[in-house]
Amino acid sequence: MAEPLLELRGLSTHYVSAGGARVTRAVDDVSLTLERGRTLGIVGESGSGKSTLALSIMRLLPPAARAVGGEIRFEGEDLLRKSAVEMRRIRGKRIAMILQDPMASLNPLFTIGDQVAESLRVHEGASRPTAWTRARGLLEAVRISAPAARMTEFPHQMSGGMRQRIVGAIAVACEPRLLIADEPTTSLDLTIQAQYLSLLRDLQRQHDLAMIFITHNLGIVAKMCDAVAVMYAGRVVEAGPIRQIFNKPAHPYTRALLESVPRLTDDTHARLPAIEGQPPDPSAPPAGCAFHPRCPVVLERCREQAPPSVTVAAGQTARCWLHMP
Amino acid sequence: MNASTAVVVAEVPRPSARRLSSFPAVPVAILVFMVLLALGADVLAPHNPEVGSLGMRFRPPAWQAGGSTTYLLGTDHLGRDVLSRLLFGARVSLVVGFTAVIVAGILGVTLGIVAGYLGGWVDEVIMRLTDTWLALPALTFAIFLAAVMGPSEMNIVIVLAAVYWTRYARVIRGEVLSLKEREFVRLAVIAGCSRLTIMRRHILPNVMNSAVVLATLMLGVVIVTEAALSFLGVGVPPPKPAWGLMLADGKRGLMAGYWWLTVLPGLCIMFLVLAANLLGDWLRVKLDPQLRQL
Amino acid sequence: MKRFVLRRLGYALVSLALLSVTIFVFVRLTGDPALLLVEPGASKADVDAVRERFGLDRPLVVQYVRFVGGLVHGDFGQSFYYRTPVLELYLSRLPNSLLLAAVAMSFSLLIGIPTGVLAAVRVNSWLDRAGRIFALLGLSLPSFWIGLVLILFFSVYLGWLPSSGSGSVLHVLMPAFALGWYFAASHMRLTRSSMLDVLGAEYVKLARLKGLPERRVIAKHALKNALIPVLTLAGINLVIMINVAVVVETVFAWPGIGRLLYEGITFRDFPIVQATVLLGGSMIVFVNLLVDVLYGMIDPRIRYER
Repeated sequence: MAEPLLELRGLSTHYVSAGGARVTRAVDDVSLTLERGRTLGIVGESGSGKSTLALSIMRLLPPAARAVGGEIRFEGEDLLRKSAVEMRRIRGKRIAMILQDPMASLNPLFTIGDQVAESLRVHEGASRPTAWTRARGLLEAVRISAPAARMTEFPHQMSGGMRQRIVGAIAVACEPRLLIADEPTTSLDLTIQAQYLSLLRDLQRQHDLAMIFITHNLGIVAKMCDAVAVMYAGRVVEAGPIRQIFNKPAHPYTRALLESVPRLTDDTHARLPAIEGQPPDPSAPPAGCAFHPRCPVVLERCREQAPPSVTVAAGQTARCWLHMP
Repeated sequence: MNASTAVVVAEVPRPSARRLSSFPAVPVAILVFMVLLALGADVLAPHNPEVGSLGMRFRPPAWQAGGSTTYLLGTDHLGRDVLSRLLFGARVSLVVGFTAVIVAGILGVTLGIVAGYLGGWVDEVIMRLTDTWLALPALTFAIFLAAVMGPSEMNIVIVLAAVYWTRYARVIRGEVLSLKEREFVRLAVIAGCSRLTIMRRHILPNVMNSAVVLATLMLGVVIVTEAALSFLGVGVPPPKPAWGLMLADGKRGLMAGYWWLTVLPGLCIMFLVLAANLLGDWLRVKLDPQLRQL
Repeated sequence: MKRFVLRRLGYALVSLALLSVTIFVFVRLTGDPALLLVEPGASKADVDAVRERFGLDRPLVVQYVRFVGGLVHGDFGQSFYYRTPVLELYLSRLPNSLLLAAVAMSFSLLIGIPTGVLAAVRVNSWLDRAGRIFALLGLSLPSFWIGLVLILFFSVYLGWLPSSGSGSVLHVLMPAFALGWYFAASHMRLTRSSMLDVLGAEYVKLARLKGLPERRVIAKHALKNALIPVLTLAGINLVIMINVAVVVETVFAWPGIGRLLYEGITFRDFPIVQATVLLGGSMIVFVNLLVDVLYGMIDPRIRYER
């Protein structure tokens, strides 16, 4: 059996306040698998730990955060055991990431060409003219019109959609195996969003790229992903193939999420609508199952004990006492 | 970045901020020490600070060859005792410094409140004036005023207050603008309080924290400016013992290597100003986080 | 854009007008302006002559119009001591002040920027704390005292550098260092906070995500952005340096406009004092206008930045 491209095993990332007084389990015992060329969606409300999960994989956590346990196996190697220099050679080269805000992701003081060519020069030691030519090709690939002219322009001369495509070009520059996209379309308007998603899919096909797609938006997940993981308070509460999750959600939280999606209105902008109750405070989650204060089918043991992950169907797991014998 | 990271990052207190908020014992000790020395100058000073004997000129401090315990820190070009002059100089610096900071504060806070609360053309006039005066190079402006008014301790205070009130006015006005929209001020208006009452009873107490922080931070600036003015001969008139004046006199012995005339008054200024700045920084964090970026 | 520039220009003109009013009023507030405008020890007849010549017996409005009219034509009065127009004196000293300020600025940037960057990159480390102490010392030590101590050390004890005067590279070093010291601290503070801001920016995050070496992330992506506010402040500070150098120039007998001002005070040469304040104030009003307009011009880009 071929090894999966990326496998998280019991990954935990904690924030520790100065002096160690408070510990926030931003990512808690997360296990996930991603095969080559496939797309995994990660959904959840703000504060559920999605972005921390992504940054843990990139090993670019804020100073207060630490990956405290588990493994991140990428192409058979544990990223948590890599030295800083080794990790730097992986970033941008074998794993790339796209950030949320295209307006802010490009450096305002450097030309587009310079910024796209930069990874090629750093990772592949390409000479300036070579990197420059290849960068132009990349701009073409992300459907930037008049790429030669754009190369010498600055970010403020571009629209938001163009900038995000340029960020995409930077991401695929070194032919990475894995692309992590952290809500890459939230700040774009609808038509641009659709174009961008189809661009990402094309890039994925061309480069045989695996993707982790982090989003609020279940509509995008349905369109883009093969599998999905639902996060709540730092834990993956349910994960599995997209069809199964959408048709037969096992966790009450997933069910609530799906029910709250407005049907057939193609409003891909819709954020996850309100579910009864407040999302938990990440630094002080409720005892037992973190979802129990908001759960419509709460049991007595949910208040005391956190449920383990159980296989509910082929490839589908959930953390819920309802599925325990 | 999603909210979990943002929220949690904000919750991690910065160690520096925490360290700053522990009680600033050293600067307070320095300030108290200086105040005590200034108060006790009459008793502590071994000699008359303004009269020397010409036979005793340029004596080095006691521990150096040629020094004597009669003049612990040596004598200056007129044979005056440096220690006594430093002690009385502390009195001058502190009196001038504190008075100027307070007078400037009263002026600046009053005008800041009036401008901020009344708004309209009153605000426009006061703030244009404030901006213009802020644009003037402070030291040059002070020298000009001092030259117009002539040297005396009283005039120095007036000059310093005239130069530095603008700093208060600008900050206080900004605060008043936001206070004005607050519930308790609106309630006072509805309750029929006069504008004067509102400014005095409701606004003033709420800007006092900022005013105190500003005053402390300003103390150092004012003391240095006074020293500079005295050094240039437009500040405290001789033969009064002011540190800036001592530095000016010290220049006469500088090339001959009479270091104590230059180093000692400077160290006094440094410690006083450093203490004021440290205390000001601490107060700023403690009382008024909004002023942090000052 | 045009309206923005015009409004800024209007503010600047108002400031200049207020400046002239301020000077005009203060001269008259404290007694007989004629006494300030005659040489010390002048006779009653001389005083009356000056009063006559400057129209000081006329109504205040007329006096003010004359005063401003003179300023507009570059007439800042005649120096008693040098017997030449003050403006000429001022302009002849200006190059020296510029030289001193330029060297002092170089010192302050060479010290302030690297220390600020280090403090930001190693935030809250011992380096950062050392930087904070350095900044505090910079803001607490009077520049003229630093000058005096420098003389004591480098001229008197070591005999390496001339203690006063001008004319060679060696002459400018100590006064420039004394003058630049305070500004080094303020540039360090701003570099640190600006750098901290930039290091939190998304494009720095992306640069790291690209797998760039940290050195390159800081030196290329962060520093260039962080320097914008620092260089803006440096531009303003250069003009301020020219105008606050009076004590340092006095200590080192450096023949700039600060020294001119000092001579004005000691010789009771009032027109010089008055002109120095007026020109210094105008210079700063002008630079603020320039910075405002420049910022207005690059504003669209700054808007996109965040």
